[in-house]
Amino acid sequence: MPANDRVLFENVSKFYGDVLGVNRVNLSIPPGITSLVGPNGSGKTTLMNLMSGLIRPTRGRITVLGIRTDQPDELFRYLGYCTQFDSFPKGFTGYQFVYSYLRLYGCAHGEAEELTWKAIERVGMVEAARRKIAGYSKGMRQRIKLAQSTCHGPSVLVLDEPLNGLDPLVRAETIALFRTLAEDGMHIIISSHILHEVDAISDQVILLSNGYVVAEGKIQGVRSEMQDHPMQILIRCNRPQDLAAKVFEQDSVVEAQIHKDGLGLLVKTRDANRFYLMLNHIAQNGVSIESVAPADDDVNSVYEYLIGSEEASK
Amino acid sequence: MNPLWIVQTTAVLRLELRKTFFSKRGFWIYLLALAPVVLMTGHSLIQMNRHRPCDFGQDTNIFATIFQIFFIRLGVFFGCVGIFMNLFRGEVLDKSLHYYFLAPIRREVLLAGKFLAGLLATVVIFVTSTVLQIFGMYLHHGWGVVSDYMASGNGAAHFTAYLGVTVLACIGYGSVFLAAGVMFRNPLIPAGVILVWESINSFLPAVLQKLSVIYYLKSLCPIQIDPHAGEFFSLLSINVDPMPAYIAVPGLILLAIAVLFLASFQVRKMEINYATE
Repeated sequence: MPANDRVLFENVSKFYGDVLGVNRVNLSIPPGITSLVGPNGSGKTTLMNLMSGLIRPTRGRITVLGIRTDQPDELFRYLGYCTQFDSFPKGFTGYQFVYSYLRLYGCAHGEAEELTWKAIERVGMVEAARRKIAGYSKGMRQRIKLAQSTCHGPSVLVLDEPLNGLDPLVRAETIALFRTLAEDGMHIIISSHILHEVDAISDQVILLSNGYVVAEGKIQGVRSEMQDHPMQILIRCNRPQDLAAKVFEQDSVVEAQIHKDGLGLLVKTRDANRFYLMLNHIAQNGVSIESVAPADDDVNSVYEYLIGSEEASK
Repeated sequence: MNPLWIVQTTAVLRLELRKTFFSKRGFWIYLLALAPVVLMTGHSLIQMNRHRPCDFGQDTNIFATIFQIFFIRLGVFFGCVGIFMNLFRGEVLDKSLHYYFLAPIRREVLLAGKFLAGLLATVVIFVTSTVLQIFGMYLHHGWGVVSDYMASGNGAAHFTAYLGVTVLACIGYGSVFLAAGVMFRNPLIPAGVILVWESINSFLPAVLQKLSVIYYLKSLCPIQIDPHAGEFFSLLSINVDPMPAYIAVPGLILLAIAVLFLASFQVRKMEINYATE
């Protein structure tokens, strides 16, 4: 068993000739679902290719569960990688594709056959398994790649845009599958540009921009460290006007906006903790508060604050 | 229970044979192997039609010339270019090499499996061609003459030597082109350079001659090309310092192993970056 439960990047840089892939990346990725978020060309795929040894770092060191990425015979016993490349060996059926590569792992015929059907069943492809991959739809190709990358029961699963091409139903099933796998202690590292999906499934995020890691950690933690963007809190209540008058007594509140339906108040504050304490007092003094929820501590907002402005300024 | 590397080499072999034997891309290699068979069988059919077989010795010399100058130097050479160079390069172009690189298999084992698959394919194709060429060439002499030649003359020894040279040519050229396919993006450049290198072998200093595949193969061919075949052909096939078989065979195999060893370093460093291909 591996000695370590982390995916570690230590001062890693990758240059393609003069072009920067990623620069000075230091990461320690724990088990759970980790999402890599960033615009095109930000370095998400480079980071994934680095951790699977498909490319070598120009500088620095990467280990996956304590295993160096230049030891494929050891590494891929524990790692599965579903790449973004939409290409397959010619003439293979879905079954042959998964089965052949299990034989490469060293599985005997019987074991390979059993694992192949299990993996194919997990992604809901049993009926199409005997058909040639060349005739598959984009979503089916995506699912058979997913079956191939999970068939050997890896501890770390790296998925580059795994939800691309999937219809909403399969998308939901696949997300549920990721959750189940993560609950079993697996590392799942996903890149996606669909931010609301990332937000729904991630335990932590890594935000990338222009080859640099701009933020990492649990999304609420990342958000609370962004002092230059006041936290937005939506309070659903019966008397938003009265509430607005009271919240401005606190100097950390910079803006308050009554909700369109007249039954809520959106407050921007530089000190969310103090604000929540104050809300308790207000609630005890006659304003009926139905719910309080942060309005911008999701991936979408963090992405917008950290990367969106950078993109817009280009 | 077999060691893991044997199981994995067999798995690579199985996967590669599927691709090598039944690919449309490699159809021209079958034609290349078939061309001398058609030529020699055609020769026999013409002689049979004329009801006067050629001189047996003359046919043996013609066969030796075609075998050395055209079959080995061009047929097997370009067949190996087509098969071995595509083992890695073809998968890079198809963008499917990463599936191998994402399996828990040492890159050296992958290289060995691919080489064996290429070797098996070329040996089956070109050894079959050699057998058919021999029978095609002597067809018009009748079964009695041919069986006498095989049983009591040098026939069996020549037959074995030609098959052996074909297998060794596949090993030698296979290793060189597998390495070239790993090291170069455009296979035409190394193929051209190696073709020139092999062609000028007779004019090179003795030490450099030993760094070519054809040097060993020439030493093993059972019949030297007839000087009457033409000055150019004689010049190509001249071997001033022929090696005995007991040195030439291990010499060529060692050369192939050395080339594969160098290729394995390159494969270990290989990265997947299809965008730049």
